[in-house]
Amino acid sequence: MMQKRRGLLHAAGALLLAGLLKPMAALAAWNKAAFSSKTSAEALKSLGTPSAEASGGILIEAPQIAENGAVVPIEVTSNIPGTTSIVVLVEKNPYPLVAKFEFSEGALPFVKINAKMGETSDVRVIAAAGGKHYQATKEIKVTIGGCGG
Amino acid sequence: MAGPMKMRATLAGGYTDVRVLMTHPMTTEQQTKGQPHFIQNLTVKVNGKTVIEGEISQAVSRNPVFSFRLKGGAKGDQIEVSWLDNKGDTNKTETAVA
Repeated sequence: MMQKRRGLLHAAGALLLAGLLKPMAALAAWNKAAFSSKTSAEALKSLGTPSAEASGGILIEAPQIAENGAVVPIEVTSNIPGTTSIVVLVEKNPYPLVAKFEFSEGALPFVKINAKMGETSDVRVIAAAGGKHYQATKEIKVTIGGCGG
Repeated sequence: MAGPMKMRATLAGGYTDVRVLMTHPMTTEQQTKGQPHFIQNLTVKVNGKTVIEGEISQAVSRNPVFSFRLKGGAKGDQIEVSWLDNKGDTNKTETAVA
């Protein structure tokens, strides 16, 4: 009898733990594989978006020449109806994936971030809408040393 | 380690403009010889409901500033932004739409 009760307690404890840990893990979802990828192709594969068609519906606002690669403002707007996520990659960074944003009802598919850029590179943005993926790129020249080249 | 955050939310003709500043070193692997310290997750909530979830990398600049836009909105709506970094530090800030 005592044995059974002990077992039951353990089972209940395990269930409780599992229940508690699950929402924590969901809260801290971070795609390690994608963020550790050294090429944008690998990163996109890890994100489940290996291909995307070019679209004029994605606007990337950023300076053509960034004097300071440590702070490059990048503003992204998607005019594609039903956009649910925006992914920003700097192609030539050691780890190209910079950010991924998921938009729920109530948010507009717009984001402005400051990113670090190691060198002159294309910035690639992928937007997901209605199960499809779209992309746009823009080259940003980086003048390391900040001499304004 | 969790420094102060600043946030401003204003109505801007049809949408709400949210600007948030986070105090964080955002160091990379290169800068720290393999011990980077950076924010990984951020969440934007409106009146308690999650509307934007972001995952970011060490390539986001130090003391990150983000801008977001929310559909519509009304004066007094409660906006909450929180973050979680790779060392488990976390912080959040709240403001009402002005």
